Amino acid sequence: MDSTQRTIQLLLKPGQHDGEGQRVAEAAQRHLGLSTGRVQSTALYTVRYPVSDEQLRDFATHCLQDPVLNDVALDEFRHGSEYKSYILVAKLPGVTDDEGISAQNALGDFLNQPLDIHTQHIFSKRLYFLEHELPESSLRRLAEDLLGNKMINRFEVGPIAQIRDYTPRPGGGAESITNTVPLVGLSDEELLKLSKDNLYALNLEEMRAVRDHYTSIAEERQAAGLPQDPTDCELEIIAQTWSEHCKHKEFSAVIKYKDADTGEEFEVDSLFKTYIKNATSEVDRQLRANGNDWLIKVFSDNAGAVRINPESLFVWKVETHNSPSAIDPYGGAITGILGNNRDPLATGIGGARLLFNTNVLCFGNPEFSGTLLSNQLHPRRIFEGVRKGIEDGGNKSGVPTVNGAIVFDDRYAGKPLVYCGTGAVMPMQLAGLDSWEKNIDAQDRIIMAGGRVGKDGIHGATFSSIELDETSPATAVQIGSPITQKLAMDFLILATRRGLIKCSTDNGAGGLSSSIGELATISGGAVVELEKVPLKYPGLRPWEIFVSESQERFSLAVEPAKMAELMALGQEMEVELTDIGYFTSDGRLDVRFDGESVARIDMHFLHEGVPRKVLEAEWSQPTAQEPALPADLDYTDVLSRLLGSLNICSRESVIRQYDHEVKGRTIIKPLMGATGQAPQDAAVVRFNFESWEGVAVSNGILPRFGDLDAYHMSAGAFDEAVRQIVAVGGKLPNLSYGDGNFWSVNDNFCVPDSVYDPATNPDGKLKLAKLVRMCQALRDATAAYCIPLTSGKDSMKNDFKADGVKISVPPTVLYSMTAKIEDVRRTITSDFKQADDVVYLLGETYDELGGSEFYQLFGELGANVPKVRFEEAKALYTLMGEANEKGLIQSCHDLSDGGLAVGLAEATFGHGFGADVELPATGLALSAQLFSESHSRFVATVAPEDVVAFEQHFGARATRLGVVTQDGQLTVRHGGQTVLSASTAALRHEWTNGPVNRIIGFGQHETAQ
Amino acid sequence: MNEKPLFPDLNSPPKPQRDETGPAQTNADGTVTVLGYKSIDGGHESTEPLGHSTQGTAARQPVRALILTGFGINCEEEFAAAYKQAGAEPTIVHLNQVLHGHVSIHDYDILNFPGGFSFGDDLGSGVVLANKLRYRKNTEGRTLLDDIKQFIANGKFVMGICNGFQVLVKLGLLPNLSGNVTPEVTLTHNASGRYEDRWVRLKVNPKSSSPFLKGIDSMEVPVRHGEGRLIIKGEETLAEIEARALNCLAYTDYDGSPTDVYPHNPNGADLNCAGLTDTTGQVFGLMPHPEAFLSLYNHPDWARRKRQNPGLSEEGDGLRLFRNIVEHVQSQAAAVPQEASQFSS
Repeated sequence: MDSTQRTIQLLLKPGQHDGEGQRVAEAAQRHLGLSTGRVQSTALYTVRYPVSDEQLRDFATHCLQDPVLNDVALDEFRHGSEYKSYILVAKLPGVTDDEGISAQNALGDFLNQPLDIHTQHIFSKRLYFLEHELPESSLRRLAEDLLGNKMINRFEVGPIAQIRDYTPRPGGGAESITNTVPLVGLSDEELLKLSKDNLYALNLEEMRAVRDHYTSIAEERQAAGLPQDPTDCELEIIAQTWSEHCKHKEFSAVIKYKDADTGEEFEVDSLFKTYIKNATSEVDRQLRANGNDWLIKVFSDNAGAVRINPESLFVWKVETHNSPSAIDPYGGAITGILGNNRDPLATGIGGARLLFNTNVLCFGNPEFSGTLLSNQLHPRRIFEGVRKGIEDGGNKSGVPTVNGAIVFDDRYAGKPLVYCGTGAVMPMQLAGLDSWEKNIDAQDRIIMAGGRVGKDGIHGATFSSIELDETSPATAVQIGSPITQKLAMDFLILATRRGLIKCSTDNGAGGLSSSIGELATISGGAVVELEKVPLKYPGLRPWEIFVSESQERFSLAVEPAKMAELMALGQEMEVELTDIGYFTSDGRLDVRFDGESVARIDMHFLHEGVPRKVLEAEWSQPTAQEPALPADLDYTDVLSRLLGSLNICSRESVIRQYDHEVKGRTIIKPLMGATGQAPQDAAVVRFNFESWEGVAVSNGILPRFGDLDAYHMSAGAFDEAVRQIVAVGGKLPNLSYGDGNFWSVNDNFCVPDSVYDPATNPDGKLKLAKLVRMCQALRDATAAYCIPLTSGKDSMKNDFKADGVKISVPPTVLYSMTAKIEDVRRTITSDFKQADDVVYLLGETYDELGGSEFYQLFGELGANVPKVRFEEAKALYTLMGEANEKGLIQSCHDLSDGGLAVGLAEATFGHGFGADVELPATGLALSAQLFSESHSRFVATVAPEDVVAFEQHFGARATRLGVVTQDGQLTVRHGGQTVLSASTAALRHEWTNGPVNRIIGFGQHETAQ
Repeated sequence: MNEKPLFPDLNSPPKPQRDETGPAQTNADGTVTVLGYKSIDGGHESTEPLGHSTQGTAARQPVRALILTGFGINCEEEFAAAYKQAGAEPTIVHLNQVLHGHVSIHDYDILNFPGGFSFGDDLGSGVVLANKLRYRKNTEGRTLLDDIKQFIANGKFVMGICNGFQVLVKLGLLPNLSGNVTPEVTLTHNASGRYEDRWVRLKVNPKSSSPFLKGIDSMEVPVRHGEGRLIIKGEETLAEIEARALNCLAYTDYDGSPTDVYPHNPNGADLNCAGLTDTTGQVFGLMPHPEAFLSLYNHPDWARRKRQNPGLSEEGDGLRLFRNIVEHVQSQAAAVPQEASQFSS
């Protein structure tokens, strides 16, 4: 042990309940079949700062020890005599250690000395003692599967007599080395090898384009004293800028589409341009023609922006963070949340105030019991890790997680999908300037704000653009630090309001290379002095500094005259600000280290030089048929089973661990009612405490229907998000002149590799055809409802390959919607409100059981996929807006998974009411009436005194079903027969005791061992 | 420290804007006003001037509430909104402004520690912030705890919610039976081992004399914490807390009886205790979030309740706490003759 290194150990006092130790013992038994006996958990702090014995003791007892709970041991590893084995969990060098930094902060306060908080002096670890003597292999398995992740943690295990300590010692001397990479004259094979070896993720044509560019500018480079071949940094910048993640090459490609069934052929000149951008332009034209000019910024910044009122903007962004979450679920999810938070924060000038988060997650079956592939994490572990990441990412940032969704499908077992959404509010004017505009002039300074740079996250942008395999790189993993970001966020809010910042952007994928590369397009160039960038530890090469994705950082453009005031504010708020260069207008991205050129790239080539892809798509309708199910189904039993099924059951154990009401503005939460167990449709959040204006938030995602038809899947998902907002009382946009009723949609496509390759991806053409059809549906939906897209993302390689097996996600699209609510007090919740209220079905049910949860119960897919009838849907939604205006609707729940039967049951969960329902004789089969997932439908209740007005208003669009009852019994009759009868308490019990709550566990008090 | 603060409080309007643009406005009588952002209200960045609730307090000097923020505190906006709705004048300041001596707590009537995750809560909730208050000295060699002791001795009030309550407990300001500000109880991980957001019912200890709780029997509020389980060291401490009725709030079941049953008691606290006061009643802290129930529409069952009773008040239970302390401070001020004379016209 290093002579200056001291150790503080905190142990629970005898008699105090060791909840963590108990949970570890239970999980080891349950998940790994290991019998550990009792487990004692202790905390270790290794102090590498000169302190006297007395200072160490006093620091430990006054600052770290809880006098009621803890005992302290100094420079020893104290344990009870009954323990036989140990596990030490430390962090690898450079991994975020907030706990160590906090301890260090406390030490600085205790000594009344300013400690440099960016040099790590204190390292936190956990040390566990196990009662049983276990072999090292078992201990290591327990450590890797339950206590940490080998990508970020270092484990020491063994018999208790031989405890080995480990403290990270990052870095090793500065390495300001820049190499050139021989490129000119390379053959095709050599180019491809170079791309693969360096994780550039560029294909042959792109590598050729780079080579040819350097060949063509040889003279120019020679004249400037530069080598002919590119530097390592230049190639890294190009690879990052041209990555699928940043350039969306497949959404910009030329696609030759063929319909094998009809022989129809056409060419798509960029999916993005054709189906997304142009569709939104058309919507905007219609909006403006009708006096609705609230669409302020689309597709051109970190997040889209719409106008709430003359004073404020609503900023809204949803992104995915899939690949990192597959490798380190906790780190991947928390980085995803914090990274997505930075998008609205750094839109325009910057400094928006975050209003809410919403998260949609897709996982494999958490009860999977088969064999995992190499480096594949168990879906349960991914689920638990991602959930914890969202808890910490949202709760610790003070941003409420207002709703979300979890979708289970075995095909997400390789790569999970983790969608993170954030809404924010920004004033229209910041210090007299339009807040949403980004302006930069030559000579403005480049300021890096927030965290420091380490090796974490190098190659994230390129890595997320390739499929995962068992050799995926550890450096791609990062862990977010919510507290660091919270400080930067508070700073940004104040600095922008004081006019100190011209514009800001976040450092996400691609790090400085991406953020400065993009900002530099505004002024026309930039000079970056990399030696000034503050590092977490020495030993990074210049290119690593430039592309590192270390988190919690912003890049700011600042007028030289404002520098002094800005730096003073940063110091006061304890946010590190560093001047790392300036913007220019000479058309070059010029990166230097100590005056030496590290990279000098033509901005035009960098941003426009990527060759366009030409891809092939071929569609053929899958052959599918309707199944023959037993004629004598017990529908009560079917409903019970549906409520307890993975995709329908309650998510309460997850939801309650997210703070969904910090800021005090959440009006419709995910679970409502007297029981707190009635699931809701869209969330509703008010903007402030002085007006009742608010925003509704919804998510539409229906991957299962894509197995039948990707077009109808995409249209259905869009409709699902719209109808959730309509259910809570939202109104469609543009219904009347200048109504100012904004809507803002993010589209997020997550698809498997859709580039045809006869050997590695033989069905690539079909997958791409599905993507084209999803986009066509999106265009049709936006046009039909006049709802604009404001931002979006695509994630194109969601495949996991190991041991010769490939697990690909089903083509998935998430539509995340927000819409203005004029008065949140008039919103509608889903739960029944009062006995004798009359129950109606709004909208029409069709024989559309294809892809339904009902068929899923019987292992069938069926054929009749639900279709959206846009005209009818729009007419119904318009009627509902008018009915709500008149206050005619008391409760409203949108129908989706499980159809009418599940919708009715869920509406009783809020207060324990029942319902007495008679299904009409429409000729439609009873199973379809109960379980079809036809779109654009609701179950609504109406006060008895409003029935006449309601029926007059809706005419044939409303079907009277029955009444709400006091007796807590759900009874459904059809043709004079009772076809379903159940106690709603029993149904709620099935629903709340479903697999999700069982896996995550209920929050009851633990009993001490 | 004689230089001017670099860093005005978050509630002050920004500095005057350049004259060609900016949100300056001319009001009806021709006065040009430079308008502020309502930073107590993050979502609504209006250019309207801040309004003041003057109900019942016209012509009186407003009650001043200081609300600390920064370093991971995150419930300051709703805390300020609560005071504003209760008729007080809230000011949100960054902790460093107080620690660096730019803002003096003695200019205020009520000092408030909001919820959040101060310094990430990595060492146990509230620990790092409590340390800072206890050990960090300003240029005059005083700690903020020194100032807070003086503040309390002057008859003023301190309130902590959630993380703020944890800070007051870790600092030893609650319950402070000994009077020498050393920790006597602690707040630690919930018995369930997990963070939870759920609504609970609280019963006010009828023997509590704290002005914060005057006239309140029970209330519904959300809890949102992972470390809210109160553990009291030793039988004697427990007995004394009970005897002096410092355990001012208890988690109850639907019938209103204090309970240790989950989820009514969400964390397994000793004495089923959700909040404490000190022996003077001037320092008050609680785990649940009254500032998150300012309006009826925060309640999970608001829609049904409103249907049952269309005349239901739009105010939430939590607001009563704030009204109580604001009224109490006002009545104190009215009782002091020299200050009262200012208002006599």
